[in-house]
Amino acid sequence: MTHNSLPRPDTGSGQNRGPDALPDHGVVKPDHGVAETVIEARHLGVTFAADRQQTVALTGVDLAIREGEFVSLIGPSGCGKTTLLRLIADLEQATTGTLLVNGVAPEQARKQRAYGYVFQAPALYPWRNVERNVMLPLEVMGLPRAERQARAARVLDLVGLAAFRRRFPWQLSGGMQQRASIARALSFEPNLLLMDEPFGALDEITRDGLTLHLHQLWRRTGLTAMFVTHSVPEAVFLSTRIVVMSSHPGRIVAVIESTLPRERDLDVRETPEYLAVAHAVRAALREGHRDG
Amino acid sequence: MGKVAPVLVVLVILTTLWYGAALAMNWDQAQTLADDDAGWTDVATAALTLERPLLPTPDQVVGEMIRGVFGYNVVSSRSLLFHAGVTAWAASLGFMVALIAGMTLAIGIVHIRTLDRALMPWLIVSQAVPVLAIAPMVVVVLGNIGLTGVTPKALIAGWLSFFPITTGMVKGLRSSDPMRRDLLRTYSATGTQVFMKLRWPDSMAFLFPAMKVAAPLALVGAIVAELPTGAQAGLGARLLTGSYYGHTPQIWAALFMAAILAMLAVAAVDGAQALLVRARGGRL
Repeated sequence: MTHNSLPRPDTGSGQNRGPDALPDHGVVKPDHGVAETVIEARHLGVTFAADRQQTVALTGVDLAIREGEFVSLIGPSGCGKTTLLRLIADLEQATTGTLLVNGVAPEQARKQRAYGYVFQAPALYPWRNVERNVMLPLEVMGLPRAERQARAARVLDLVGLAAFRRRFPWQLSGGMQQRASIARALSFEPNLLLMDEPFGALDEITRDGLTLHLHQLWRRTGLTAMFVTHSVPEAVFLSTRIVVMSSHPGRIVAVIESTLPRERDLDVRETPEYLAVAHAVRAALREGHRDG
Repeated sequence: MGKVAPVLVVLVILTTLWYGAALAMNWDQAQTLADDDAGWTDVATAALTLERPLLPTPDQVVGEMIRGVFGYNVVSSRSLLFHAGVTAWAASLGFMVALIAGMTLAIGIVHIRTLDRALMPWLIVSQAVPVLAIAPMVVVVLGNIGLTGVTPKALIAGWLSFFPITTGMVKGLRSSDPMRRDLLRTYSATGTQVFMKLRWPDSMAFLFPAMKVAAPLALVGAIVAELPTGAQAGLGARLLTGSYYGHTPQIWAALFMAAILAMLAVAAVDGAQALLVRARGGRL
């Protein structure tokens, strides 16, 4: 179903693209002008039980994410940001509360191939070259060979790896590997991109480049994105909204709307608006830390 | 040359030691056969050229091998190549048995929790059974139920060599990176797809070392299965007749031929691995 949609047009600048410009992913959309809610969490909580010890990984999470948003989850280690992402991906099960992804339960959304997931490590398959790595989800979904190749070519072009499609993962730099893994997550055209600290293991210069690249990618595709990070500059640069979390127990302490324009370049980091948002995020992080 | 020189040095040392040992072990026999007025050089020469020495010299063994390989028609039962071929065939079939059985068991153990607990102790017991010692008996028993020819040999060879394949594959099939497994879950991949696209390719890095252990074991199994009386052909039969008639060069020639076969078997596994590595862009 989701893979029957036409290739996403990527010719335009991507500006001013409302939800109508998005390709149909087989998800029934309400027929009104307001952007659809992609993720809706109510009183969401997870408690891990191990050796008669209970760890509250996440508690009382209320969050609604609309189509086309770029939402960062930021907070210290153990604040449950990865857990929240894994809940949405149906890689982890909530113990309390409700969670809807594209209006359905996470499991159903996963089966509808609603989201692409990018892990902390590139998680490429070492015995497959870049192109075949990107085609992996398409093989699993049973697309015909010609279609797989066409889609792989398109997303590799999107992340700037077209020239490296025959290379094997170990022949690529860390940044290129992570770009390949982003291409893989986009290959089946999900409407939601979940990223768990994808640039965490990379050096600062590579990170800067990839951050900008990711921003342009998001602008061009009109995807809804969730991005887990430790880095305030990364979160502020990329996001339309920043969810600040705290640990013990993992929870949301603040949700900060970005006042930055949707279209950005690296220079935006010098503007007062950027510094104001960054300041608000840091203040919320400190606040959360004190409470914890 | 840097690689050849050390090997040559070791070869020279081993050969020298071997000649010394042959001299010492064959001395008494040579002295008994020698004339009373023979000098020590005559005795020494005799010790190194005995027809049935306790320990044949390297040149005697090599001579026996050359005679065995080139001296007779390949289909003749006096040809060493013929016997090597018989053993290699049985060992190859046994190795196939080990591969199929080993992989099937591993797949079962990895996928079915109860098999993991129920089967593993028995597999370990199976390896504790001294098959080498009871192989002749097994061959006789199998012969009684109508399994003759190459079948019992292949079964014993398979029995001796399946265990490394099983343990290697179990480890390999479980070696997949959790993130790569989660990735397939995000695609809602089926169990079969997870197996074909992740577990199986991951297991190859464990399968090939396991095969390198198993291949010589299969050869040992085939040879042992040829030892019981009645085996007319194969390196095992050569060992047996050699020791029966006290013709030690024949025993040593058969042993060296077995060593060569084992090296060829390991080289074949290496070759297969090289092909896979090439298909995978340079890494296993």
